[in-house]
Amino acid sequence: MSLASETTPSLDVLIAAMADAIAAHADELTALDQAIGDGDHGLNMRRGFEAVRAELGTISAKPLPDGLKALGTKLVMTVGGASGPLFGTLFMTLGKEWPSGPTRAALAETLKKAVDAVAARGKSQLGQKTMLDVLYPVQEAYAAGKSAAEIAAVADAAAEATVPMKAIRGRASFLGDRSIGHMDAGARSSALLVRALADHFGDV
Amino acid sequence: MSNVGIVIVSHSPLVAEGTADMVRQMVGDEVPLAWCGGNDAGGLGTSVSAIMAAIERAWSDAGVAILVDLGGAETNSEMAVEMIGPPRADKIVICNAPIVEGAVMAATEASGGASLKEVVATAHELAPA
Repeated sequence: MSLASETTPSLDVLIAAMADAIAAHADELTALDQAIGDGDHGLNMRRGFEAVRAELGTISAKPLPDGLKALGTKLVMTVGGASGPLFGTLFMTLGKEWPSGPTRAALAETLKKAVDAVAARGKSQLGQKTMLDVLYPVQEAYAAGKSAAEIAAVADAAAEATVPMKAIRGRASFLGDRSIGHMDAGARSSALLVRALADHFGDV
Repeated sequence: MSNVGIVIVSHSPLVAEGTADMVRQMVGDEVPLAWCGGNDAGGLGTSVSAIMAAIERAWSDAGVAILVDLGGAETNSEMAVEMIGPPRADKIVICNAPIVEGAVMAATEASGGASLKEVVATAHELAPA
């Protein structure tokens, strides 16, 4: 995921890659969410990313920071559930905090702000069986200069690591100990998005 | 209307509408009132755009108090308030109170011309300590 100065990320390709990944795994995400949530995560995420895909031209015609904000806003308005504001906040903050000189260090800082914004939105933190348990390790791996493939592997392993965790936030927290033994759906969808982006930047 | 408005946000349109019915019957028509519930696909859930529209319908220059049910309703309501932005966002408060009791008590307080702060404080008295 080398969103560094040597590349100009083309937002339309990235959006299509993310939408494809969510669409291909929508049933799996819904099944994960049925185990410990309310069972609509896959449908919600697919609806959101298809809505974004439908406006691909308009969104990617904007300067990148504005495009990211538009992407986030669209997700807020269309995903539904709590995932809309959470994933929407991630992209909106990326857009808002996009550095004027996008070096890797500056982008790592931007990514940190975006993940912190998601944490604030969800009033959650690391270790509570949420998407943050993927996003924070991904941010650290990116900041540490890992390759795209390594970052994707970190994301997958981090999603897997939510299985033994007990949910503290979100619908799954009502289940208490019974949330243990299932992967968090938001962590899984975060890992899918990271891998979709990493695959695209893998050859850079 | 100069009284504080009340917005009811539930994951279920039936819960939201039923709560609004109770407010209307118990408190009357002196309070701007709007509800929303369910996601855009017609299932259970909450929608930021629906919440923004409900705030619009219940808008009062005295402010709006929002009553929510479960976590996602709160997160989506916070997002809706943020997207509405200042200066109106400064006059919108999400109450920490049970949705049905909170809506009835907040509306009762609002119907007497109480300020947003007083309305919210009344609802908060119902929150578990």
